Amino acid sequence: MNNCKTMPEAKRLETLDYSILQQCMHCGMCLPTCPTYDETGLERNSPRGRISLMRAIADGQLELTPAFGEEMYYCLGCLACTTACPAGVDYADLFENARADIEDAQILDTKERRFWRWLAVKTIFMRPRLLRAIGRVMWLYQSSGLQALLRRIGAFRLLPRNLRELEPMAPRIQRSFSDGLIAREEVPAEPPRFRVGMLTGCVQDLAFSDVNRDTVDVLLANGCSVVTPRCQACCGSLHGHNGETALAEELARRAIDQFDLDEVDAIISNAGGCGSHLKHYGRLLKNDPDYAAKAAIWDSKLKDIHEWLDEIGLAPPPALPEPMTVTYHDSCHLCHGQGVSRQPRDLLKAVPNLTLKPLAESSWCCGSAGVYNITQPEQAGKLQKRKVANILQTAAPNVATANPGCHLQLQTGLRIEGSDTIVHHPVSILARAYRNR
Amino acid sequence: MKPETIERLRSLLAPARVLTSKEDLIPYGFDGTAVLQQLPACVVFPVDTQEVSAVVELANADDVPIVTRGSGTGLSGGSVPISDCIVLCLLRMNRILEVDTDNLTLLAETGTITKSIEDGALAEGLFYPPDPSSLKVSTIGGNVANNSGGLRGLKYGVTRDYVMGMEVVLPDGEIAWLGNKCVKDVAGYSLKDLFVGSEGTLGIITKVLLKLVPLPPARRTLLATYSTLEAGAETVSSIIAEKIIPCTLEFLDQTTLRCVEEFAKIGLPTEATSLLLMETDGHSAVVAEEAAKMEAIARRHGAIEVRVARDGLEAAELATARRSAFSALARVRPTTILEDVTVPRSRLAEMVRFVEDAAARHKVKVANFGHMGDGNLHPTFLTNEKDPEEMHRVELAMDEIFDFTIELGGTITGEHGVGLAKKKHLPAQFRDASYPLLKRIKGALDPKNLFNPGKIFDLQAASVSNEQLQNDA
Ligand SMILES: Cc1cc2nc3c(=O)[nH]c(=O)nc-3n(C[C@H](O)[C@H](O)[C@H](O)COP(=O)(O)OP(=O)(O)OC[C@H]3O[C@@H](n4cnc5c(N)ncnc54)[C@H](O)[C@@H]3O)c2cc1C
Ligand code: SF4
Ligand code: SF4
Repeated sequence: MNNCKTMPEAKRLETLDYSILQQCMHCGMCLPTCPTYDETGLERNSPRGRISLMRAIADGQLELTPAFGEEMYYCLGCLACTTACPAGVDYADLFENARADIEDAQILDTKERRFWRWLAVKTIFMRPRLLRAIGRVMWLYQSSGLQALLRRIGAFRLLPRNLRELEPMAPRIQRSFSDGLIAREEVPAEPPRFRVGMLTGCVQDLAFSDVNRDTVDVLLANGCSVVTPRCQACCGSLHGHNGETALAEELARRAIDQFDLDEVDAIISNAGGCGSHLKHYGRLLKNDPDYAAKAAIWDSKLKDIHEWLDEIGLAPPPALPEPMTVTYHDSCHLCHGQGVSRQPRDLLKAVPNLTLKPLAESSWCCGSAGVYNITQPEQAGKLQKRKVANILQTAAPNVATANPGCHLQLQTGLRIEGSDTIVHHPVSILARAYRNR
Repeated sequence: MKPETIERLRSLLAPARVLTSKEDLIPYGFDGTAVLQQLPACVVFPVDTQEVSAVVELANADDVPIVTRGSGTGLSGGSVPISDCIVLCLLRMNRILEVDTDNLTLLAETGTITKSIEDGALAEGLFYPPDPSSLKVSTIGGNVANNSGGLRGLKYGVTRDYVMGMEVVLPDGEIAWLGNKCVKDVAGYSLKDLFVGSEGTLGIITKVLLKLVPLPPARRTLLATYSTLEAGAETVSSIIAEKIIPCTLEFLDQTTLRCVEEFAKIGLPTEATSLLLMETDGHSAVVAEEAAKMEAIARRHGAIEVRVARDGLEAAELATARRSAFSALARVRPTTILEDVTVPRSRLAEMVRFVEDAAARHKVKVANFGHMGDGNLHPTFLTNEKDPEEMHRVELAMDEIFDFTIELGGTITGEHGVGLAKKKHLPAQFRDASYPLLKRIKGALDPKNLFNPGKIFDLQAASVSNEQLQNDA
């Protein structure tokens, strides 16, 4: 450590409250739940191993090396280890700090990587109008027949391999976004029991604005009046998970500013990945004197839709137009990140003519994991295959999941296997039942 | 280590199965034990016995020590590396080779995870009883090398009671088969028993032949809570005095049960001072009768509440919660140091009280839980390794607990092994010719002291590197 000056600094890991690192007592109870350890059997690819590397950095025994950087991007951030850990290690906090150090130190920097991060993380997902304009162009491309034509003539062979493989993954963009489907304020037929704010998300809004509509319908059917701010921005989870802490903070402030927190009983998220980030604005903004208090209130009011419906007591849904058999895949950030796994199942089981089939390894990551299927296509593909095989094993013609990333990952995976199993958001199934009054 | 040694290891195994980079080695620098830490020179992953033997021959030729490792969940520092050693990890040798339903045996490679052994037996309607709380992670090789216990020890015994045979690679690289499928066998010394509990110091166990038993058709799980610590211990003594041998009698004190509840959220009564988890298994009529008797005994000893698990699911939930006890205790303080003292069951209540008093005397925080039916307690110090003054007080309390254990005719370790963590206390327990005997056996089998040197006891050659290790830690 003589030439310290040239060494990249791990500011966050080195100054992080050491007790968070010490919390890991290296018992190994998390090992069998970690998908990357399951794949390689190597300790460095395990939660216990990654934490030991972070601790070595904090202790000054290891520098921020590219190998460490790659390790932290091989990690799915699925948080299965957090569910498994009896010691209560806050892996999400460690993971985000580690990635932020890696980005600050630019140890993984390449021209190509810089360009993509600039384009996606720093530009498109910072600007809600730009994002929707791109969405509009993509919709035109997909529905004009141009996509089908290009596919037919094999034009995608010209693309680099990882982009070529992604093209069929690109979400099918909706004709209308949430603002076109949901009024700024909607009230239920009977006098409202609650007043809630609705988060429409960004990818959710482009690809699944219908799910947002369904969410509002289900809330209305459960006596909630719903406030939906216009043209919402990304919640910042993409930025937080990818080491762009300052941008994540900026987006958190913007999200909070959209609502009068005293006016709502809850703020509703219907995307597992967003929800698990949204619930921690308090931690993100704890050093911001203007926002720390507001963020803490925000955290206490932020509810996943399933959690909220379970809390207020679901209005018994009527039967669906026809009986339905469904299996349920846990989005990692809903079950591991937010501890919500019983509620969606209970909600589905409340539908009279719905049969819920258990899914083996239901809380094992599907490989979507934010942008993991772009950054680590090989490992993502393996997880996708494993997930799809488990779904097909149930023989259920429908699978429900509550996160747009998982939704797309399952959809593509099922299509690759030639299956016509349909993917739904649980709330969409509920909404159909309520509409069948 | 000489670069040539690494090169030869690489050509012997595939290069990808020889790890040497710092990022690869740091995660193998410790096991489940608090505080101890040391980097090895490399980590290797053989895939069969021949490869193990070849690595051992090479190490023997170059005088390089080998530390054998399963999953690194050990709690006495057994698989913590020593400086400049090869860590030989058996996780790639993880196949169940045979389940013999005529002779009720199972043959497996030793890198197989304990839970897979249990499942492999279950698939044939058979039962492998030893169930250390780490069973989803630990390897069967680690279990044999540490002679691990579990929640069912009271009725079913420990790992040793199920080892019928093994294949072992000796320190010179020779391969030996010990034991067989016979129920009776008195040919020669019982060599397999020498290797059970040998903590990687005598040989590398590559295959193990295990005894299975028929799956008990019924089981019932009960949970009793008390307002005093002694009442639980007295319940245990009474159950045994009334000649009931349930398979499980597990105890948690209040600190432990609160931590467990915080993690598992299954509605444990956190206001109780102590909790007893009891399970009986066997034929359904016997199970019903024993469960009723145990419930009555618990009530007689002042249990606040006795809850009977509704079904297998709830029973499994309770067992899983109990298995998280040790790790859950890490919620309280930064460093969690667990002990493993065991006393004759009639002395349990005394031991429980002594632990409380010792902790109070030295003003340290201790939680207590354990396999009460086996007389095996896990007093766990909740402390901070970064505070030398507090660590010193922990040390003093620990020493007193060890001394008292030996005074009661107990042992310093019931199931975790001596490793590095307890070797200082071993001479106090082995006071006569038995202590040198340990070293004579080691010297005879491993004259160069290359297999896990410095674990259990120090021989001359290895003592330097191990003091070094303790100072570093
Ligand atoms: C949360 C938790 C709960 C636990 N609960 C229990 C419990 O209830 N009961 C109990 O008894 N223990 C328990 N343990 C301790 C530990 O899990 C056991 O000692 C287990 O057997 C270790 O297995 P392993 O594969 O992790 O071995 P390791 O830790 O890798 O190795 C343990 C020792 O065995 C040696 N070794 C490993 N494999 C071989 C082999 N094939 N040949 C020769 N030597 C070998 C090593 O050199 C080392 O000395 C627990 C540990 C944890 C972390
Ligand atoms: S993260 Fe938790 S479960 Fe995993 S090794 Fe650390 S303490 Fe144990
Ligand atoms: S977040 Fe997922 S991939 Fe990463 S260490 Fe935890 S379990 Fe493994």
